Amino acid sequence: MDLAYTAAEEAFRAEARAWLEANVPREPWPSGDTREGFALHRTWEKRLHAAGFAAVAWPKKYGGRDASLVEWLMFEEEYYRAGAPQRIAQNGIFLLAPTLFEFGTDEQKDRLLPRMAAADDVWAQAWSEPGAGSDLAGIRSRATRDAAGGGFRLSGQKTWCTRGAFCDWVFGLFRTDPAAERHKGLTYFMVPLSAPGVTVRGVGRLDGDEGFAEVFFDDVWVPDADVIGGVHQGWDVAMATTGSERGLTLRSPGRFTAAAERLVALYRSIHGQGTPVDTRVRDAVARAWIEAEQYRIFTLQTVTDVRDGRGLGAASSVNKIFWSELDVRLHETALDLLGERAELDDDAEAAGWMKGFEFALAGPIYAGTNEIQRNIVAERVLGLPRK
Amino acid sequence: MRFALSDEQRLLAKSVADVLRKHATPADVRAAWSSDVGSAERWAQLADLGVPAMLVPEQHGGLGLSELDMVVVLEQVGRFALPEPVLETAMIVAPLLAASSTPEAAAPLARIVAGEITAAVLFDDARVAANLHGASVVVLARATEGVQWFEPAAGATKARRSVDGARRLGELCAPPTWAPMVTGDRAAELTARARDRAALGAAAELVGLGRAMLDMAVDYAKVREQFGKPIGSFQAVKHHLASAHVALELARPAVLYAAQRTSERAADASRACSLAKAVASDAATGAARASLQCHGAIGYSFEHDLHLWMKRTWALARAHGDAATQRARVAALILDHNEGRS
Repeated sequence: MDLAYTAAEEAFRAEARAWLEANVPREPWPSGDTREGFALHRTWEKRLHAAGFAAVAWPKKYGGRDASLVEWLMFEEEYYRAGAPQRIAQNGIFLLAPTLFEFGTDEQKDRLLPRMAAADDVWAQAWSEPGAGSDLAGIRSRATRDAAGGGFRLSGQKTWCTRGAFCDWVFGLFRTDPAAERHKGLTYFMVPLSAPGVTVRGVGRLDGDEGFAEVFFDDVWVPDADVIGGVHQGWDVAMATTGSERGLTLRSPGRFTAAAERLVALYRSIHGQGTPVDTRVRDAVARAWIEAEQYRIFTLQTVTDVRDGRGLGAASSVNKIFWSELDVRLHETALDLLGERAELDDDAEAAGWMKGFEFALAGPIYAGTNEIQRNIVAERVLGLPRK
Repeated sequence: MRFALSDEQRLLAKSVADVLRKHATPADVRAAWSSDVGSAERWAQLADLGVPAMLVPEQHGGLGLSELDMVVVLEQVGRFALPEPVLETAMIVAPLLAASSTPEAAAPLARIVAGEITAAVLFDDARVAANLHGASVVVLARATEGVQWFEPAAGATKARRSVDGARRLGELCAPPTWAPMVTGDRAAELTARARDRAALGAAAELVGLGRAMLDMAVDYAKVREQFGKPIGSFQAVKHHLASAHVALELARPAVLYAAQRTSERAADASRACSLAKAVASDAATGAARASLQCHGAIGYSFEHDLHLWMKRTWALARAHGDAATQRARVAALILDHNEGRS
């Protein structure tokens, strides 16, 4: 056990902290889940990229800086601590890219990753369909082989695509073998939203932002070069991606430790104004801080396991259950601290916490509901029978 | 940064588990319910492994190991619900005596290291503690008044019964004349550090207890059939057990972290011990509830072993600061004293 960081790691942290202090916008920006906000956030992604901070753990040749997992954790801590803008590029950088590193061809990596890092292409996920949410293997969108054209023709509908109305590309699964059972006969495709036959319709989220989209595919032609992994092998490829989403890369501890520090600051400001704070709410503040710290410590163990070659696998579901539920409790506690102020949409501080609460409520739903995650933990970690 | 136990620590856990699997069977734990004294034979086996001497520096004849090593052992103590005062003797009292740097500590310390005696501790104004009735050395650790230890005279203590019949409680009914060996800031420091180790050690036992109760429930849910299939195939059962697993998975690293920080004497060590005790108490009591619920009526029977683990959990979850008390300590540090992250 060694909890110390190397001088090089600390130097990396200092560099990231200094850059963020100099560059993070002073005034809060409009949400990146709106059309105007998205465009503004794309400029931020480009600034991150120019400074080499867009995807620190990637190889240099794709726009990263070969940072270690530990350094990546540090960067995330500094990023959220600094209150830096929302990462609209995250679904490409943190979900698709790990899949490309594992299953992509050199041609795909060379073509797609540098543009992804530079936010020339911003990616959206296209997992769910109207009839396939938690039951992802129930998807019905089809891809038909077009041998003469060297590609496939895609038809069907995807939904709940985050920021899909503003993104450039989507990735998702399509059924290539209609006769195959459920999770067999699926193939993983990448599709530019500018392709002929694609129709995108923005959908308002709980918080009112156009953060979702439905994407319709009407005989959309996609070349073989935009298939990841083998034809009919899409399920295994997708599982690698959902592992990243549930596990480490989507929600690093820095996000929650920073939120917990903001909660502590909120407690202090309210308490400091002489407003009495109920002892149960004070206990909930401590609990939220403790849970964020627990997740930070747990992640040190996870990073060590990954470095030692012990992959997360089904254990990534443990991660996802924990951070998503702590995030809800943390934000609920902030609203309890705010009391009657919590509903004020024209009070910037209160509205910020409410928006955070609304976003946190999505956590136990997206990336596979926590009910599905608990099934996975029970069956694949504890070894309980599937049926 | 490397967050993992060493090969030596894994081997230590295995050595302790191998001994306890043979000598602390569920039948042995049950037998301890009808015994007023600990098992001298079992204590000798622990002493052979060096357990009482682990946190005693080598210049005092000990092994000079770290709190992390000790926590590795205590997790196994919990896993097997060992009815012996390892926490009190090896984790709390032995290092306190060693750190007191007083000539009066040498004799009891030597006997603890040799595995001849066990110890108990009373913090501040407490009167009841585990192993108090039967311990050969009792430490009174009072933050503001001083630290004193003594060999209880006959009749100075009396037995008290715990809900966990294997947990031998005692009450100090005739305190000795107050004559502390250590006073002032030094006593406050010794007491504070002993309290942190107590919370940390109990947390480690709770993680072991919780894991054992979850394992029992998982094994049972795989074989118990209702409606023509194993009950472990039902989502309601799966979700109880998955939630217990998540809580334990997140509690264990918190305990290891606190142990490491304590051994480093890091600035956040005390807070980390409180955090560890808070989350381990909740995780273990949650595992107890889930395990009982998934066992159904059989788990509610006295014949079944589950209650041996469950009752130890109920006791240890409250001993040395329950979850709410420990969270209140963390709250005081982060909310009132500005000890947040840098």
